[in-house]
Amino acid sequence: MARKLQGLQTIAFDLSPKIVGSATIAGPKEKKGNLAPYIDNLVPDPMLGEQTPEKAERKLLYQTCQEALARAKLTEHDMDFFLGGDLLNQIISSSFCARDLGIPFIGIYGACSSIVEGLGLGAMLVDGEYADQVLIATSSHYQASERQFRYPIELNIQHKGTSQWTVTGAGAAVLSTQGEGPRITCVTFGRVTDYGIKSPDIMGAAMAPAANDTLCRHFQDTNTSPGDYDLVLTGDLGNMGQKLFMDLAKEAGHTLGTKHMDVGATIYKPQQRAGAGGSGCACAALGILGYVIKEMYQGRYRRVLALATGALFSPLSYQQGDSIAGIAHAIVMENP
Amino acid sequence: MDKATHDLHDSYQQMVKVATPKPNYVKNIALAFLAGGGICVIGQLVYNLVDPVEPTSAETAAITLATMIALGALATGLGVYDWLAERVGMGAAVPITGFSNTVTAAAMEFKREGYLLGMGAKMFVIAGPVLVYGILSGFAITLLRAVFTGMLF
Repeated sequence: MARKLQGLQTIAFDLSPKIVGSATIAGPKEKKGNLAPYIDNLVPDPMLGEQTPEKAERKLLYQTCQEALARAKLTEHDMDFFLGGDLLNQIISSSFCARDLGIPFIGIYGACSSIVEGLGLGAMLVDGEYADQVLIATSSHYQASERQFRYPIELNIQHKGTSQWTVTGAGAAVLSTQGEGPRITCVTFGRVTDYGIKSPDIMGAAMAPAANDTLCRHFQDTNTSPGDYDLVLTGDLGNMGQKLFMDLAKEAGHTLGTKHMDVGATIYKPQQRAGAGGSGCACAALGILGYVIKEMYQGRYRRVLALATGALFSPLSYQQGDSIAGIAHAIVMENP
Repeated sequence: MDKATHDLHDSYQQMVKVATPKPNYVKNIALAFLAGGGICVIGQLVYNLVDPVEPTSAETAAITLATMIALGALATGLGVYDWLAERVGMGAAVPITGFSNTVTAAAMEFKREGYLLGMGAKMFVIAGPVLVYGILSGFAITLLRAVFTGMLF
């Protein structure tokens, strides 16, 4: 049996790579939201002076990567690998950003769970001594996602109360064993879970079973319970999804109560007309690399279970009648 | 799908149904009625304005429709129409200004991919089905009418 594999799907690290530098960026809607004090850069123009939202998204990503490197007092030349992911077809934001950074690139896709997938894989590279330093970043952009997954921006559409709003922003982190920062002590990679939800207007409901599955497996593998964590953070379940997630977790015997927080349900204020809350690769990234890290530095949290969820579908698959599957990956972050 | 999975999906669908917030139908219907009615009042004003100078009512109607389409496109370009639709729903979607919005919004959106393969190809991506099935159902109804009123033979 693999030495570092703990239980069924959790990998425990010996060296516990640290997040030695991180940065977050977001747009004007996020600036008016609840997490604004935790975001490093808030840009007034979601287009960043670019002609297309796709170009704007990769600019967000690139700027955030540079900022994270600067905070780690490192440059792109110090990075052994860059792990990046986003929502756009063929992960163009990440690959074009990687072209500009010039760091050997490992493209990943886990929909909105990409940031935790990246942090988990990055931690494995460092812990396995395959790399000294790795850069991990993900991004999403409201306008770019709308046109790919939904309708033109100016179309006369009334968003449903259950649908979610793609966060415009990006988050980046540098992992290394050298330096200071919260440690990543283990990662639980999730199973693709499908409870037969077909509407992309209730993505939170499609992802909640996956979040619950990974949560249960994580507790089982690590022999822990909600009491062992100061915070259980989920990525973008939204108002409706987090309620379903709490119910499913309760059924499975895990009462999360006030220890749980969902980034999607928290990021926007109710009057911002964002439906059930935020979503997108940037949502979990802003929560983990913005909110959690800052609160860990402040000493409010010591041990956090960060669980990012993703809805696995494409416009093609749901138009062909396929259900929307969910995935969730979890990492444990600990203060030194 | 085996029975256990089927039952699991069924019970989860039930959970989701309970957790889904109910839309405020009364408010939505009232807003849609007022906004849709408001747009129609503007249309009627245009009609009354043009009516004295046009020889037939068919021509007046044509000018009225063209004006409303132009207004819808203008409001879309100014970024007002989607703001309105977010609040009044079908009130903005049903009048002909809404149809104009679907074409204009798609044209604006896909211009970035070029005039030929972007805007030209995708301008009717939303309005296309309305045209196809509108014409098809118009033909079907006319055919039925012709058959039943004996006009066909």
